[in-house]
Amino acid sequence: MTKTYKVDAIKNGTVIDHIPEEKGILIAELLCLKSWQYPVTIGVSFTSQNQGKKDIIKIENRELTEEEVNKIALIAPQATINIIRNYQVAKKFQVELPDILDNIIKCSNPDCVTNHEPISCSRFFLEENRRNQLFRCAYCERYFTREDLEIV
Amino acid sequence: MAKIDFKNRDIISIRDFSKKEIMHILKTAKQFKQKPNPNLLKNKILASLFFEPSTRTRFSFEAAMQRLGGSILSLADPKVSSSVKGESLSDSIKIMEKYCDVIVMRHSLEGAARLAAEVSCNPVINGGDGANQHPTQTFLDLFSILETQGKLSSLNVALNGDLKYGRTTHSLAYALGLFGSRLYFVAPPSLQMPEHVIYELKKMKAKFSMHESPDRIMPKLDIFYATRIQKERFPDPVEYEKVKDLYIINKELIKKVKTKFRILHPLPRVNEINYEIDDTPYAYYFEQAKNGLYIREALLSLVLGEV
Repeated sequence: MTKTYKVDAIKNGTVIDHIPEEKGILIAELLCLKSWQYPVTIGVSFTSQNQGKKDIIKIENRELTEEEVNKIALIAPQATINIIRNYQVAKKFQVELPDILDNIIKCSNPDCVTNHEPISCSRFFLEENRRNQLFRCAYCERYFTREDLEIV
Repeated sequence: MAKIDFKNRDIISIRDFSKKEIMHILKTAKQFKQKPNPNLLKNKILASLFFEPSTRTRFSFEAAMQRLGGSILSLADPKVSSSVKGESLSDSIKIMEKYCDVIVMRHSLEGAARLAAEVSCNPVINGGDGANQHPTQTFLDLFSILETQGKLSSLNVALNGDLKYGRTTHSLAYALGLFGSRLYFVAPPSLQMPEHVIYELKKMKAKFSMHESPDRIMPKLDIFYATRIQKERFPDPVEYEKVKDLYIINKELIKKVKTKFRILHPLPRVNEINYEIDDTPYAYYFEQAKNGLYIREALLSLVLGEV
């Protein structure tokens, strides 16, 4: 049986698949897709064999940067990225948080120097295994869970 | 064996140092304690930037620099610095580093010294950044333990007092865990070691336990590290009154201790150590304070590449 898609295939760009249900819109906002000059398709509550329900995003003519992929990993650790070139999947990989995250999370400690300097920077170290994530600020050295942190 | 090179290195957090590096710092400090070197840092300038009030740390850094023949640019009163005019910390550091060879700083914001080190080409030494780190205190604590016990591993060390808020006990627990000493945390439940320190100790497989009273562990101990219960940390004065005099070291408590047992304290003390202890062979806190001078001499000389 031929698999039918509810949204069209794209010629070039990125497909973010296996996004947990209800996280698709959040990722779209985070990647500022509203202002992208080419078509973006956001599919919400698709049926998934593994996840039950999932969201999916197709972005035409844009290959995500490493920093953008890191941001997705913070929200949707199970998401997969498909890079499409001429209708073919040129690259497919699961998002993975790097050990060091630069300038993508804001420190939640009000006494951390990064919240007081005009040119703010941030650096977090990912600790423990990737299932049970803890983030340590390189500046104030405090630990935070994912829920404590705000993505920049 | 590769030489440990500290030239231009920043001293920000105890986490940044391996056991080998810590031992190198302590060994260098011992050399300064044994033999003064009055001209080693001649023509070198230390910028002493205490954006927060400090007497002990500032005096010992400035004394260390002067005893090695160097000179000091001192921020006498943070109220007259440009930060009051709205200058950012990174701008202040970028200016100050042009006038000196090394910076020591204390700041109320956590991570301030790390940020300063990133913008300064000259080495930065952290003299305390809010509730976060105070690495030179940890080095002088380790130096005093090594000096009295001859080792840093396999010791029984009690940390007592305000373990929840006291940054010195957090860093010392981390360092002693690294060296494989057994730790006893003696505090009321409301002031016990915070979760993040416990997490790190577990990660390095350090051995530790928690106690409300020191009575039963005293005969096993090599070091008793007492700290002040900090009144300013208690939003409710009634809560402070409940715990302020819980631990007072007196002669009765130290009746059955080991011969080499020593009491340390980062000072100032309030009621934690009875004055009758001062004349016993177990009191080591004033010598510990003096050791701060040698540790700071060692650190200044190391980061300036002179030893």
